[in-house]
Amino acid sequence: MMEIKVLGTGCTNCKATVALIEQIAQTKGVTVHVQKVEELREIMGYGVMSTPGVVIDGKVVHAGGIPHREKIEQWLSN
Amino acid sequence: MFKTLNQIAQKSPRLFLILAAVVWFALYQVLIPLSEYCVTLLPVERSSRLGGALQFFFYDTPKVLMLLTAVVFVMGMINSYFTPERTRALLAGKTEGVANVMAASLGIVTPFCSCSAVPLFIGFVQAGVPLGVTFSFLIAAPMVNEVALTLLFGMFGWKVAMLYLGLGLSVAIMAGWVIGRLKMEAYLEDWVRDMPKMSAQFEDVGITLSERIQAGFASVREIVGKVWPYILVGIALGGVIHGYVPEDFMASIMGKEAWWSVPLAILVGIPMYTNAAGVIPIVQALLTKGAALGTVLAFMMSVIALSLPEMIILRKVLKIRLIATFVGVVAAGILIVGYVFNAVL
Repeated sequence: MMEIKVLGTGCTNCKATVALIEQIAQTKGVTVHVQKVEELREIMGYGVMSTPGVVIDGKVVHAGGIPHREKIEQWLSN
Repeated sequence: MFKTLNQIAQKSPRLFLILAAVVWFALYQVLIPLSEYCVTLLPVERSSRLGGALQFFFYDTPKVLMLLTAVVFVMGMINSYFTPERTRALLAGKTEGVANVMAASLGIVTPFCSCSAVPLFIGFVQAGVPLGVTFSFLIAAPMVNEVALTLLFGMFGWKVAMLYLGLGLSVAIMAGWVIGRLKMEAYLEDWVRDMPKMSAQFEDVGITLSERIQAGFASVREIVGKVWPYILVGIALGGVIHGYVPEDFMASIMGKEAWWSVPLAILVGIPMYTNAAGVIPIVQALLTKGAALGTVLAFMMSVIALSLPEMIILRKVLKIRLIATFVGVVAAGILIVGYVFNAVL
């Protein structure tokens, strides 16, 4: 199962990112575990400056803004 | 239609940009005759008050929306050159003074969402960007942005837009510089100070022109898609109150003679929290009714630059004293700007 973390202090873009990932995972039939990380210290620990950021299996794959649909599909198909 | 546009943009990005510019200018040129024509279709006298208001609405709405779309698109492309990581690398290790000017200017072109303010703040400080310089950036980024400038230009002309640009930058530069002089590093929260220093280096991932165009599309979708209702309300309000509220209704409360109106406007603006597009309807209403320009711009800056929710988030990384200093210095800057404006114009 994929461990996905969405980094963000709780703005609407972060919520939209979580929703989008979950929705795409569902349509693709991939089981994922999406976790929201709102603790600043942890966010900064990933070295991310612009939120929302996305971390998959411990690696930062995206930072700044809601990720593109195609981009998410790409992450989930690996 | 959007799909084919996208295909052209991907195959030959240069051709797409030229074509888009030509179509845009052509459309922009025919706006006035078109809006006149729209009004003649309605059962209203063109010379009547209502006819004038409708013509204003039919012309101003597409004009402002077209301007905004073009500017947001171009800025979306420019933004892709200035990621926060690159901006940080440009500012790290610079001495104050020049760096404050650079930081405020970079604030205009670096993409920035208010929810990123705190991570950005920590990231800058961690990489050795001086505190005052970081503040210059943080003040300028939300306050002086392409949406605010385009809307001011579209509705009140280029003079108001340029004044707002110049004064917004001045407030950001001066406030950051003053905060830097006050040596307030001790008032960062302890965990922020204790974070390991990071180098400001970044990997420059090459972006192609067609990817920049994609970035432009994305910001149009995101920004114009979000702010258009505010603009419609702003223009409609401008048209409606034009004839029905007395010209000098606001002059006695917010005119030049009322010296206390500038501090009051700033105080009222602090608890209000909205983006540049959200205040435009209010600015429109105040200006057409005789409020002084300096007072109104001070109000606008206060609404955008000083907000309670932002302070609550900043409290996680700054101690109360530094937040109070930040608010005090920025408010003082806006106050000066408001008075200077009212005195000069």
